Amino acid sequence: MRIGVMVCHCGNNIAATVDCEAVAAAAREFPDVVFATDHMYACSDPGQKTIEQTIRDLKLDGVVVASCSPRMHEVTFRRAVERAGLNRYMFEMANIREHVAWISLDRKRNTEKATDLVRMAVEKLRYDRPLTAKSFEVQKRVLIVGAGVAGIQAALDCAEGGLDVLLVERKQAIGGVMSKLDKTFPTVDCSVCVLGPKMVDVGQHPRITLHTLSEVEELSGYVGNFEVKIRKKSPFVDWNKCTGCGACLEKCPSRKVPDSFNERISMTTAITIPFPQAIPKRAAIDPTVCRQFTKGKCGVCQKVCPADAIDYTMQDEVVTEKVGAVIVATGIDLFDHTKYGEYGGGRYPDVITSLQYERMLSASGPTAGHIKRPSDGQEPKTVVFISCVGSRDRSVDRPYCSNFCCMYTAKQAILTRDHIPDSRAYVFYMDIRATGKGYEEFVRRAQEEYEVQYIRGRVAQIYPKAGPTNGPGGGQLVVRGADTLMGTQVEIAADLVVLAVGAESSKGAPALAEKLRISYDAYGFFLESHPKLRPVETNTVGVFLAGACQAPKDIPASVAQASAAAGKVLALLSKDKLESDPQIAQVQTIRCIGCGKCERTCPFGAIRMRELRDGSKRAEVVETVCQGCGICSVTCPVRAIQLAHFTDSQLLAEVNALCRTWDETTGS
Amino acid sequence: MPDMGRDYRIIGFLCNWCSYGGADAAGVARFSQPTELRIIRVPCSGRVDPMFVAKALLSGADGVLVSGCHPRDCHYTEGNLYARRRLELLRRFLPIIGIDEGRFEYIWVSASEGSRWRDMVTRFSEKIHALGPIPRMAEAAHTLCVLDGMLGVSSAQPDMWTAGDAGHEPRRDALLHMDDYKEVMDGE
Repeated sequence: MRIGVMVCHCGNNIAATVDCEAVAAAAREFPDVVFATDHMYACSDPGQKTIEQTIRDLKLDGVVVASCSPRMHEVTFRRAVERAGLNRYMFEMANIREHVAWISLDRKRNTEKATDLVRMAVEKLRYDRPLTAKSFEVQKRVLIVGAGVAGIQAALDCAEGGLDVLLVERKQAIGGVMSKLDKTFPTVDCSVCVLGPKMVDVGQHPRITLHTLSEVEELSGYVGNFEVKIRKKSPFVDWNKCTGCGACLEKCPSRKVPDSFNERISMTTAITIPFPQAIPKRAAIDPTVCRQFTKGKCGVCQKVCPADAIDYTMQDEVVTEKVGAVIVATGIDLFDHTKYGEYGGGRYPDVITSLQYERMLSASGPTAGHIKRPSDGQEPKTVVFISCVGSRDRSVDRPYCSNFCCMYTAKQAILTRDHIPDSRAYVFYMDIRATGKGYEEFVRRAQEEYEVQYIRGRVAQIYPKAGPTNGPGGGQLVVRGADTLMGTQVEIAADLVVLAVGAESSKGAPALAEKLRISYDAYGFFLESHPKLRPVETNTVGVFLAGACQAPKDIPASVAQASAAAGKVLALLSKDKLESDPQIAQVQTIRCIGCGKCERTCPFGAIRMRELRDGSKRAEVVETVCQGCGICSVTCPVRAIQLAHFTDSQLLAEVNALCRTWDETTGS
Repeated sequence: MPDMGRDYRIIGFLCNWCSYGGADAAGVARFSQPTELRIIRVPCSGRVDPMFVAKALLSGADGVLVSGCHPRDCHYTEGNLYARRRLELLRRFLPIIGIDEGRFEYIWVSASEGSRWRDMVTRFSEKIHALGPIPRMAEAAHTLCVLDGMLGVSSAQPDMWTAGDAGHEPRRDALLHMDDYKEVMDGE
């Protein structure tokens, strides 16, 4: 075998702490190595050209590049060796940047370690064999999980690009958090007026199939050929018959149900259509509060329904669909502010969340756009906003910035002054983060034009003010905090306190991630494949991220990411066939004893037992289903099943490569 | 990083999706770490055969660290659960073949946990330093032969799998057998 080695300097990234020339010189002594050199940037165009030229000139059978992480550039170099006529799996990488140069300044030890890693790669390469990818058909359909603004945008983009779209939403209607907002910053545009037409488009688009009140139950398969099970929860209303007339809502006798669309500041009925612009505009019964289900008798809605759509016996339905790719756009939930005892822990009715305030500001909300404090319905004259409630606070395990609270607080303060001109608005803040286009100017406007009082400091305590509990000036709350710019304490008698609650990952996000086999961080936000260069991909090929499920982000950023994800899916599914990864399990039939252990342990059902003519059984790998984990290789008692490119021989070659050098260095 | 004296020989088996990414993240963040650990990339911690670990320790490695995705966060759904079961058994088995169980550890590090990876490597390296170099076992060579037999690898036929071996008899005797261990134990 003829092996070539290239040691990359990566500018100064590696060369500063590793003697690359010494590593290359050492590599020349390794078995089968016929050529070794060092290069300033192996991944650069001249670097790759050198690799290709050397392969051709020296008739190499395999190449080792010692540079950055294979998670970074393995694909790049595999393409390069392929261009020179080698099989792309006749290539190994030694990670001497992330695992060597960047973790230690000890040049001598780093050089030794880098040499060891190159030796391991060479030894493994000696056992590498050419592998050939097979191609398979793809499903030109995409599953989108979550129908907030990100999911909607992704669905429309994919559908316009010619793909069939399955849009799955947990709630009864699409729209997500944005449908609850009154206005958007920094334009103070009407939120639902912007979103509404897009929602209608989704409802009417011939390529989009909408599943609301639905959740993904299971995802199996692989890129191009996923199979998804969707549980459609029963609305107890036949949506083919329901016209959304609302007669049932008027007559429903259960009228004390906290309205989750209005953030529980108002009551609704047991059978609901969440909001006037709802898509689909269909009624659904909440069986946990409906009298027909809790007490066993009522039946009012069934009697009044002119379309005869109510069906109390309706069951959940599980539908199975095939898709080629998945976009996850499950968005966010809001931080539970009752964890903060100093803000009342939920005891004070006049301490509300920003989203509750938003519903109050909305003309279609429970107060028809009039600001009323919840305790007595009075119009508040002093409104205090508190920023960073559940953001940038390690004491509640939320060290991250929620990205958009500074901006919506400024917007809500402006709207307060707009709605009640003789009111006063105060904002307690830590820092103002207004980095978007027109954002800083918007905050300035709040401060200068609308005379919102910004106080830099944290609030220590909120407590009821002594005195009358109602009437003008009565029932107020005292907000006590620090003004760190003045170096003083401040106390403000407030009629209403609005907490700018931060974002947290959507409830059930980790469970969904496990179903989709994607990763999530410590806070439940989904992990992108690379923070800089692959921000919409996940580590599972064919599954993409859009919107705030990846990290808190505002509407424009969510929409941009959604379009990016849609673009990725369109590019992926523009091909009629995809190549399968040949790094999969292979059975050596002569060795197999047909015990069936591999079949039982395979998490993907990729192994079948095939019966031979003599009645004995042998394992067989379904190539397109195998994901290449290698669990079976370890399970097999006779080592008859091996994971290509990670065989026992290859991994042990790496172990042996290390142990041998140690024997040499210790002289034993 | 303080000089820890003599260099030890530590092998890490890291899963591609979580821990290898975590080690990359630690590097990208320039977290300074002991340099002795050499990392072998595997697709999943479920690919790590306990025999690899035993073989490494018997071949002179002072410590072996296996790291995978956190339970429930496996790229292959349940590979790390298989790994956990196998490696826990291995940990308890090591003293039987005369190896301090402290020389082997299996941990979970996700791709975003660069600092956790740094802490784990530092702690494990310090632990191996405290344990000192692995004692040389006179019978190790013999044990290794037995292990090689089990793994179907021998120096005569170093690559029985990929080299293609039409005339090679399937090794039914390669099944794990108590006699193999007895032989080893008797030898000692």
